Amino acid sequence: MTEEKLLRVENLILHFRTGSGVVQAVDGVNFDLGMNRAVVVLGESGCGKSSLAKAVLRLLPRNVASYTGRVFLDGKDVMPLTDDEFRQNIRWVAMSLVPQAAMNALNPVLTVGEQVSEPAMVHLGVNKKEALEMARKMFHHVGVSADFLERYPFELSGGMRQRVAIAMSLVTSPDLIILDEPTSALDVLTQANIFNVLKRLKRELGLSFILITHDIATSSELADDVAVMYAGQMVEMGDAERFFSGPLHPYSKKLMASVPRLRETKELEFITGQPPSLVRPPSGCRFAARCTMRFEKCIQEPPVFEKEERRVMCWLYQS
Amino acid sequence: MFTELVTKKEERSEKHQREVLLAIKNLHVWFELRRWGFSHAGYVRAVDDVSFDVHKGEAIAVVGESGCGKSSLLKAILGLHKPTSGTIEYYDKNISELNTKELKWYRSQVGYVQQDPFGALPPFMQVRRILEEPLIIGGISSVSERLDRICRMMEEVKLSPVNDFLDKFPHMLSGGQQQRVVIARAMILEPKFIVADEPVSMLDASVRVEILKLLRGLQEKHNLSVIYITHDLSTVSYFSERIFVMYAGRMVEKARVQSLLRNAGHPYTNALLAGTSDPDANNAKTFKEVPPGEPPSLVKPPEGCRFFPRCSQMIKGECDVNIPPEIEIAPAHQISCWLHKQSQSSAGIIP
Repeated sequence: MTEEKLLRVENLILHFRTGSGVVQAVDGVNFDLGMNRAVVVLGESGCGKSSLAKAVLRLLPRNVASYTGRVFLDGKDVMPLTDDEFRQNIRWVAMSLVPQAAMNALNPVLTVGEQVSEPAMVHLGVNKKEALEMARKMFHHVGVSADFLERYPFELSGGMRQRVAIAMSLVTSPDLIILDEPTSALDVLTQANIFNVLKRLKRELGLSFILITHDIATSSELADDVAVMYAGQMVEMGDAERFFSGPLHPYSKKLMASVPRLRETKELEFITGQPPSLVRPPSGCRFAARCTMRFEKCIQEPPVFEKEERRVMCWLYQS
Repeated sequence: MFTELVTKKEERSEKHQREVLLAIKNLHVWFELRRWGFSHAGYVRAVDDVSFDVHKGEAIAVVGESGCGKSSLLKAILGLHKPTSGTIEYYDKNISELNTKELKWYRSQVGYVQQDPFGALPPFMQVRRILEEPLIIGGISSVSERLDRICRMMEEVKLSPVNDFLDKFPHMLSGGQQQRVVIARAMILEPKFIVADEPVSMLDASVRVEILKLLRGLQEKHNLSVIYITHDLSTVSYFSERIFVMYAGRMVEKARVQSLLRNAGHPYTNALLAGTSDPDANNAKTFKEVPPGEPPSLVKPPEGCRFFPRCSQMIKGECDVNIPPEIEIAPAHQISCWLHKQSQSSAGIIP
């Protein structure tokens, strides 16, 4: 079973040193991802979801306090690799990242063609002509006309720039793309367009995705699996079908109840209080202080319970 | 229960039909483009021939993509942009003709809730000072009265206990709390209406609802008129009575919320509705219908209907030539689209 998985993350920990103490941004996360599947990582800002992407890709800032755990890619543990090996063989080549606001981070003085072909030249060692040819192919996949290779970022609209950023992550043909909030700054129709592109890429190229977002409604456009993060921990993980029709964890339930819907009228709920500080997270269940269903057990940290192949970190599901 | 809620809502907006607070007539906001700094090079037609009334106590949502002119419309209402032509009348006073003193009064009547709360709050001022400034400008000289009003306002936006927040700087607050401070600042002079520019787009899902409910509560309690600008259709039905859909500087559809959600008439509105997802795992199985292309340049917008280059139901020789008139397809539901002209012309409804 485990051999089939493209990515398996075990007990991943990423803590940062800051002036006020150690921030436990990612604290013991486990999840896996099959071939040609997409997992959506949902959570509020500050819950550690972007740090999770950085931890998987080992894109670490200087103030890391601890970084441990195991990341298996195609069944091979990539954590023991040195930074150089990781950069040469894993990053871009096996998995790549579309960072948050990538569309605004394109270099304004280079044509988009040059920028998209650069990873191919660096990581695959091809010459510029071949790299541009690869870029042209990727432009076709993301639905941008090849004439745009010669253009500068300011000549493209937001949606086009986002497609270029996706094309850049594809040019080295990795199996896994990590998307960090790919559509949060875009308009409704552009968002729908980008998700159409991602769906098509998933079908045509057999890619897998990790989609990091706080936008629950649009995340359902791509999701096969859903993982919910709260205060550095993954509190629920399961298939999208059952998650969207009935989430398990009280936090996921509240989160789903807070999503405004167009096609039904339902009283919206919100979660009172604020997420805990990641410097000194509460002992026991981290959601307990805001949870309406808490009971005595919640002062102890809940283990992960399995329920119908879904995993949930909540004492309510103790069998 | 649902229909009850709707009729109650409709009744409420019916009741407010009488008193018009703000009347916008044929508003144009154009920005001149200059080449080399002085020679004329055309106009950006950000708002082009927009007319509507805002009634007392009514919440209106203006929906449109970025660059469609909705922020220019809002700034014209706030008196920050002068209309190129057309008028904005507040209680029968044309706001572009107000003198400095009257403008000061007008600005105390309008509250502005900005999009990005952190960017809208001065980083080096404490909450107390941020909320005090409008009162000082508004001419309230008594210090104790100012403090009293600040505390009352903070209670109202649920920044309590007040003493915990009075001396905080914006960076010490969470996004939701910052937005509450922005709302409190907009409300502190007891305005008659509020313009809110995407007030929740920068916030997390769970906080978003809280802020929308707070705004809704304040609106109902103080019988405020609200113009709520957004690109997210899914929040609109929870907040407003009427929706105006804007595309490339023009209003393409104006309707009551339920009327628009049930039978939207304009192809662009339909595209927006189809593009908005509800959380549902089935979404992943199908592709979305999205009109091809992108919104036009506002310097040289297409002749006729501005949506025709992207529209699948375009009528050749009509949509690409003549500007569609505003047609009333149902009570208080107007559409600017030639498709409806054709079906309605026999009924004899005057555009």
